[in-house]
Amino acid sequence: MATDRLTLPTSPAVAGASAGEERGTIIVPGIHCAGCIARVERILGATPGITHARVNLTDKRVSVAWRGGELDLEAIADILRSAGYAARPVAGPDAAHDAAREERRRLVRALAVAGFAAGNVMLLSVSVWSGAEHATRDLLHWISALIALPAIVYAGRPFFSSAASALASWRLNMDVPISLALILAAAMSLHETVIGSERVYFDAACMLAFFLLTGRVLDQMMRARARSAVGELVALQPATAQVVDPGGARRTVPAEDLRAGMTIFLAPGQRAPVDGRITTGRSDLDQSLITGEAEPRRGRPGSAIAAGTINLTGPIEIEVTAAGAETGLAEIARLMEAAENARARYLRIADRAARIYAPLVHIAALLAFAGWLAASGDWHLALTTAIAVLIITCPCALGLAVPAVQVVACGRLFAGGVMVKNGAGLERLAEVDTVIFDKTGTLTRGAPELAATDEMAAGALAAALGLARESRHPLARALAAGLAGRGALPAPVTHVREEPGLGLEGMAGGRAVRLGSRAWCGEADDRTQTDEAGPEIWLRIAGGPARRFTFRDRLRADAGETVAALAARGLAVMLVSGDREATVRRIAAEAGITDFRWGQTPQDKAQIVTALHGAGHRVLMVGDGLNDAPALALAHASMAPSSAADIAGTAADLVFLGGRLGAVTAALDVARRARRLVRQNFALAGGYNLLAVPIAVVGLASPLVAAVAMSASSIAVTANALRLRAGRPQARAARPVEARPAAGAVARP
Amino acid sequence: MNVLLLLLIPAALGLGALGLAAFFWALRSGQFDDVDGAAERILIEDDDDAPVPAPRRDGETG
Repeated sequence: MATDRLTLPTSPAVAGASAGEERGTIIVPGIHCAGCIARVERILGATPGITHARVNLTDKRVSVAWRGGELDLEAIADILRSAGYAARPVAGPDAAHDAAREERRRLVRALAVAGFAAGNVMLLSVSVWSGAEHATRDLLHWISALIALPAIVYAGRPFFSSAASALASWRLNMDVPISLALILAAAMSLHETVIGSERVYFDAACMLAFFLLTGRVLDQMMRARARSAVGELVALQPATAQVVDPGGARRTVPAEDLRAGMTIFLAPGQRAPVDGRITTGRSDLDQSLITGEAEPRRGRPGSAIAAGTINLTGPIEIEVTAAGAETGLAEIARLMEAAENARARYLRIADRAARIYAPLVHIAALLAFAGWLAASGDWHLALTTAIAVLIITCPCALGLAVPAVQVVACGRLFAGGVMVKNGAGLERLAEVDTVIFDKTGTLTRGAPELAATDEMAAGALAAALGLARESRHPLARALAAGLAGRGALPAPVTHVREEPGLGLEGMAGGRAVRLGSRAWCGEADDRTQTDEAGPEIWLRIAGGPARRFTFRDRLRADAGETVAALAARGLAVMLVSGDREATVRRIAAEAGITDFRWGQTPQDKAQIVTALHGAGHRVLMVGDGLNDAPALALAHASMAPSSAADIAGTAADLVFLGGRLGAVTAALDVARRARRLVRQNFALAGGYNLLAVPIAVVGLASPLVAAVAMSASSIAVTANALRLRAGRPQARAARPVEARPAAGAVARP
Repeated sequence: MNVLLLLLIPAALGLGALGLAAFFWALRSGQFDDVDGAAERILIEDDDDAPVPAPRRDGETG
């Protein structure tokens, strides 16, 4: 059928769609705007062999179809990686993601059915209220029953199943009074229809289901953004590795089959799947994922290499010392798993409200029943009144109170460049009293910047720029950016050669030029050099002396301002870093932080958070490295810059774009305002009940009153949530100015 | 009156059901799978039907 070709593949799993065509999914977390969509689709579309490429921005996934045999999913992911996007192919069915999508579709279908039923039954009810009588009224009631009953059975399932599982474990949640109200309203209305009475609540029951499902869909949308951090960490590990046999032949094996003692080959740009030791080759190793330090380490035969390290410049062979569950990466995954379990015990504000509310409603209904039975002795009257109480107190507004505010808050933060992954995280953020910052990449920009250069001629600068542009080494790129920013023009450089771990060599203006380490440029090792000095690059033009460029990781522009703003809001601010004392001391002084710790391991960081929680504090952790991930997962609330290691970004509740740290204060302000609005909403809903319950108890809750009161309270709560939109647009200050690909992506200069 | 009831109520319900069916179809065919993407795609200049232009470097590194 023609329409089948237009629809997207419903299963992202690899499946042969037509003869010779294969399909697959790649997760690309860095996609965040129209530019990225266009770029990714253009790159893939221009690749021979790829027949279809479509980006899903919501899921951050690309579904691709290609002619089998010419390519495979890993090769397509590599194309995206070389374009500067972190990319992870999804091997096999993507179960968790499919389940979330199925749940969303089920809820939206239920919402649509409830909406259809509510609209149509309400039209019929208006006819009844405006004076339909006798046979006509009965007919309208019967038609209503015909629409409403199946709709309630279908649309009520999410509530019924949740209430059933709560009751099975002897708990009360918000879904218990909801289910009770829906079932009793439907059953009583059917009974009233059969006996030809006036009081039929089909419209109220349908509307109830519709409003509550709206809240449920909003809530699900929020939760869909949050993914399991642990799952992503496992996914970070490469799925395959190239094993070098003793004879020198290479073969590809699944990463889980690697064992200590094997030798594997790691090409530039690849991530190490295991802990190991370099046996052959030299390269620069990017360990930013593991230590949070942006400066690459030199790797030579004998150097240790940790799982998760990215090989930057040269091909190397590694002897495996630890694989799988024994690697440092797996240890961090275990720490995070433990942290997530601890955090799952946090009780959402709506659930806390339900614990008080549900028993109250049931007691009120029971009292109404007992009271009317005692007063009038009429079973039927007592029962209908009690059911009317249940219907009118059904927590319609309560069900909307939290999701409506959170969706508006998230929309507002999103416009300011802050992505909220988790509604509960937003609630917890409002409660924090201590902020812990990581240093590299969080308080600082995380990338080295050219700080000072020795005296040198314009020609030398031009040669340095020309040479630096040829490398993907972070310092070379920082040098190129720094020199270009100072107005230098690149000189043409030929015969460029890169010696991994040492530097670059080329010919400029007829003379040999070297750019790289101190030793590479023939300078003696300077033992007097202090820790204080940052990384450096040397330049030597044949015949001349070596000249030095130094680099420094600079503070984010508004770091000091943000620290002061947080202190002004009454929060304690700490700096916890894995770096050396001198650097941490300097950065803390520049940012105005008096409480700082240095040399902290990931375990230490997590311990500090635990200790603070033990002392009754609530911690907001702001960090970007893999070494921060356990602390991020453990903290009461957590934020990460979008440049963070994928895993830190996944562990964090909120992720902010752009170079400004002001996003932290902005998010905190929105979270606190959202909390205030949620409380107001609860007050509104409670006030409505104070008014409505007496009316219902006295027996005046006619279907018309129930319908009007219910929609009025829901609209009031939603309107109150929308107030968050107005207000001062302080979050706008954090508008993204630059977008960096996630750490781990290797971008071309 | 009865004619109106017998004609208009089924007509109203039928139209509503038609809308519901259309929505279900849209949901099933994946039109709501990427609402954020749909909002952003309108900003992309390239016309999907236009011949594929030569790969253009827009200067950004990612």
